[in-house]
Amino acid sequence: MKLTTGALTATLLAVAIAASAMPLKTDPAKSSVAAVFKQMNVPVEAKFKKFTAQIDYDAAKPDAAKANVEIETASLDVGDPDMNKEVAKKEWFNSAQFPKATFVSSAIKAAGPGKLTVTGKLTIKGKASDVSFPLAVKTDAGKQVFEGALPIKRLAYSIGEGDWKDTSMVADEVVIKFHVTAGQ
Amino acid sequence: MQQRYTLTAIVFHWLIAVLIIGAFTMGLVMTDIPGLTPTKLKYYSWHKWAGVTILALATLRLLWRLTHPAPAYPNSMPAWQKTAANSLHSFLYVLMFAVPVSGYFYTLSAGIPVVYFGLFQLPVLIDANPALKPVLKGLHFWLNMGLAGCVALHVAAALKHQFIDRDGELKRMLP
Repeated sequence: MKLTTGALTATLLAVAIAASAMPLKTDPAKSSVAAVFKQMNVPVEAKFKKFTAQIDYDAAKPDAAKANVEIETASLDVGDPDMNKEVAKKEWFNSAQFPKATFVSSAIKAAGPGKLTVTGKLTIKGKASDVSFPLAVKTDAGKQVFEGALPIKRLAYSIGEGDWKDTSMVADEVVIKFHVTAGQ
Repeated sequence: MQQRYTLTAIVFHWLIAVLIIGAFTMGLVMTDIPGLTPTKLKYYSWHKWAGVTILALATLRLLWRLTHPAPAYPNSMPAWQKTAANSLHSFLYVLMFAVPVSGYFYTLSAGIPVVYFGLFQLPVLIDANPALKPVLKGLHFWLNMGLAGCVALHVAAALKHQFIDRDGELKRMLP
């Protein structure tokens, strides 16, 4: 009996240690990832309904931070159910073959108070490229709020094939805007 | 010699008539295109630009009409026909505004502002509203059907005056 209690204490301790080293827990209700682009010069902001963001961040050691984001490409909501189905098709995200777009950080550097420079690999539709973008971080109600915008060129990832390569219809520039709230 | 509409009124009438027929036809065609194609998106934009143009022209036309009375109807026209014609013209004027305004708010409720000729964004008067969107869609459609009905009556009446009554009424609006 005594042995069991000892084992339990050890287990709890191990869990507690593991917990302190675990990544922050993302609050989905207060997090969003959106694609902002222009369609015949009309500004459109569409949100990805499903994504996971794992952020390992300690304000005392920002350079040790890590970020890993997975976005379900078929979850992009352009405001109309029929259009949403179109966006998942082969010419756009080809979500059947490439269900997820991912970002994995390789380096995070402090760049002034509340600012980080994030470098990493962005993979969309099977095409990977190295990207770097500024990230703002602040504390709100005991949680960390990360906010940033990553401009990309959609054609570099073959998003919009065939007739959709026409950038006068849908601009090549797309900004991935995100806002992630995470805490222990 | 029958009195005619002013040249300005005649230009407004035919210009708006052509734009309304064009925008209406494009509306039917574009909503019939399945899926998502560049052509479909192009037609949607053109349709919106046409609608905004009609709204602007209708505003100028209304101001002109309020300051320049229409020429008298032929004397041979019975009083009830004059009343009917006046009512129909009022309906057409109301719909000339109501149809583009309903379309404008429909696209705003869908979260898509109008960028006139792709050059400048027109005012966003309401936020995107998924609950309002289907209501405005229905309203825009039925106002259009109402407009189509009124235009059909309007054309039928003009043809009747020209070919049955032969009272020269149509000449008032011909260039």
